[in-house]
Amino acid sequence: MGVKVIIPTPLRAYAGKQESVDLQAATVGEALSALTNRFQELKKHLYSDDGRLRSFVNVYVNDEDIRYLQKSDTPVREGDTISIVPSIAGGVTQQRKCGGTREPF
Amino acid sequence: MATKIGIPIAPVAGKPAPGLSKEEVLRYSRHLIMPEVGMEGQLKLKQAKVLCIGTGGLGAPLGLYLAAAGVGKIGLVDSDAVDFTNLQRQVLFGTSDVGRPKIEAAAEHLRNLNPEIEIAAYETRLTSENALDILKDYDIVVDGTDNFPTRYLVNDACVLLGKPNVYGSIFRFEGQITIFGYPGSPCYRCLYPEPPPPGLVPSCAEGGVLGVLPGIVGTIQAAETLKLILGKGEPLVGRLLLFDALAMRFRELKLRKNPECPVCGEHPTVTKLIDYAEFCGIRGVEETSATMTDLPEITPRELKSRLDRGDDIYILDVREPHEYQICNIGGHLIPLGELSRRAAELDSSREIVAHCRSGKRSAQAVEFLRKAGFRKISNLKGGILAWSDEVDPSVPKY
Repeated sequence: MGVKVIIPTPLRAYAGKQESVDLQAATVGEALSALTNRFQELKKHLYSDDGRLRSFVNVYVNDEDIRYLQKSDTPVREGDTISIVPSIAGGVTQQRKCGGTREPF
Repeated sequence: MATKIGIPIAPVAGKPAPGLSKEEVLRYSRHLIMPEVGMEGQLKLKQAKVLCIGTGGLGAPLGLYLAAAGVGKIGLVDSDAVDFTNLQRQVLFGTSDVGRPKIEAAAEHLRNLNPEIEIAAYETRLTSENALDILKDYDIVVDGTDNFPTRYLVNDACVLLGKPNVYGSIFRFEGQITIFGYPGSPCYRCLYPEPPPPGLVPSCAEGGVLGVLPGIVGTIQAAETLKLILGKGEPLVGRLLLFDALAMRFRELKLRKNPECPVCGEHPTVTKLIDYAEFCGIRGVEETSATMTDLPEITPRELKSRLDRGDDIYILDVREPHEYQICNIGGHLIPLGELSRRAAELDSSREIVAHCRSGKRSAQAVEFLRKAGFRKISNLKGGILAWSDEVDPSVPKY
């Protein structure tokens, strides 16, 4: 099935700076592994060392959270949109505050 | 979820609902003549108490619109001072406010905008010790902070106190907005059970925010807050609104309550406020930087005098190309993210000094290259910021 994966701004640097990627897949898991095979650097941002989707990254098929569908086994249909939605903390974090993940340091 | 009920605003016990003065009728006339607000709605606004956490990019439009709309009591929590880098987006502040506590400048601005309302200023960081005490007197909490520990703290405190949390967050040109903690609705931990470990999510070189973005997101938070008070319309509950200013596109995703949520689920394990720095792994970062201090360092002054002496030193700049354009000290640019792939461009027999903006990314670069076998490599202490302070003040700081 041809699906579109929308890459969120914070992860675009690891996905060839693309806003979205068109892929062939039958499930969400297949789509994400096709994506991370194409963009190796994305892998550690999406998956923990034990191969599970990270808990600050949510994945949606159209507007549904896959945690409440069949997770990685959620089937996708032709024309579906898969969104990767990571948590973002705020604006420009000051270093002495803890966020520490956003600002150039 | 098409929830259509507002937040009940408790009238002050024993006192009749306050009316509006002649001046207030004139001030709020454009509200009073629309049926969705009217006198009844305006009095609800006047009785409402809203707490804004943060008076920065999101807090500025929030504070301005809530004050202008006549929200009776607005609490502001912030411990920062205004600096020049704030002015690009934090429209509550002017150039003459630089150096002042944000709370002081914000309260002054809002009191001038609307002297009819009460502004309560808390010049403090929100902590596990003070959060419940500060939040308990308010009807609605609006989260305009910029870091994960405070996000989780605000969420947990709102769930424990049963208060709605109007949430907005931003990154570069993208925003996320929703209302958490509304009775029966999901909370922040239902959406994201845990924060990202520090340093993993987008490289620090990727920060920044389009100045107008917090204006748009904060204004949406203000609109949702007013709707909750008025009990009108369809609140942004159970829906995560995503906004992309570059594409100029809004999208909406469904939010569901997680029955296993540690704070609002069926069997909560978080029943009081915890140590959020630890939860977010911030302590770990400090430890990491401690091990990084073992890395060989050179101060800007030492580097300058060695270069002046004619020593052969290869300066490696590991920032991003757009940062190089802001300022540089003539280093060879290899962004940290490309270093593993481009390490072969470096000559390990030459002495290398790596630098970035403040010295942290280049510490990672030095650590990586040492593991890769480079021995004559050190980190420029304090980065290009320190170079500007100690060697060449004409180099702009950013």
